[in-house]
Amino acid sequence: MSDVAERVKKIVVEHLGVEADKVVDKANFIDDLGADSLDTVELVMAFEEEFGVEIPDDAAETILTVGDAVKFLEKAKAA
Amino acid sequence: MFDLNGKTALVTGASGGIGAAIARALHAAGAIVALSGTRKEALEALAGELNGRTHILPCNLSQKDETEKLVPTAEAAMGGLDILVNNAGITRDMLFMRLKDEDWDAVINVNLTSAFRLSRAALRGMMKKRFGRIIQITSVVGVTGNPGQGNYAAAKAGMIGMSKSLAAEVASRGVTVNCVAPGFIESPMTDALTDAQKEAILRMVPTGRLGTGADVAAACVYLASAEAAYVTGQTLHVNGGMAMI
Repeated sequence: MSDVAERVKKIVVEHLGVEADKVVDKANFIDDLGADSLDTVELVMAFEEEFGVEIPDDAAETILTVGDAVKFLEKAKAA
Repeated sequence: MFDLNGKTALVTGASGGIGAAIARALHAAGAIVALSGTRKEALEALAGELNGRTHILPCNLSQKDETEKLVPTAEAAMGGLDILVNNAGITRDMLFMRLKDEDWDAVINVNLTSAFRLSRAALRGMMKKRFGRIIQITSVVGVTGNPGQGNYAAAKAGMIGMSKSLAAEVASRGVTVNCVAPGFIESPMTDALTDAQKEAILRMVPTGRLGTGADVAAACVYLASAEAAYVTGQTLHVNGGMAMI
């Protein structure tokens, strides 16, 4: 697992209080991990802080799963 | 009861009568208070009177850039922001048929839009901390209406609707959002009234006197307290009974 994926999963586990083994790439924050819409906003805020990047609203809307977040942040980090 | 020791508060319009009274009361309950307003000398005088645990943060809320910097500046100065009191307001009273666009825009901008911007800015820190108190100082006229105050009443009613919506969004995060709605309060504005005008006003107020800044401030201290954790999306009317709503 990449360093980014590890950090993303740690944030998701801590924030949503879910079991680590449920936080897989395909897991949808709302449907699979029980997040509400405010949780998704808070997760984006937490990602922004952890990785020192800005996630614009239109990008945030495309981040629906754990894998989406990892992919976005890996790209943002590489840029 | 109502101990605010260790809490940090930002009060806008603290150079005015009600704002200064709110700042004094939060400070007396133990809070660190950031005083914001347009008149720096008045803020400095208030800070001098309070003697410690204050920060002076002048800001013109009609300016978007200045407004957006205010909460981050307050957070940096105090190490966080637990309590936001959106008290600043202006009036541009005019009969509706003569109400100019500029006077409508100015009142909506300073009284409503700035409260929106400051509340939005304060949310990030409050949600993270799982604690926050947002208090909007609205007005009885936002609920009852008042001839000559179409713009002001619209802004004040807008604050109430905004607060209810926001309260519902963030309640699960320990952040409460409430309004305090003063009635007729002693101020330079009511000092200018003639005795006959005052008498007419007092006939509408069962309590038989004008309110004071301290009456309004006490409501704010309550809503800011840990004890008020289960009160959100409400409007607390402080009007001596002139409107029972």
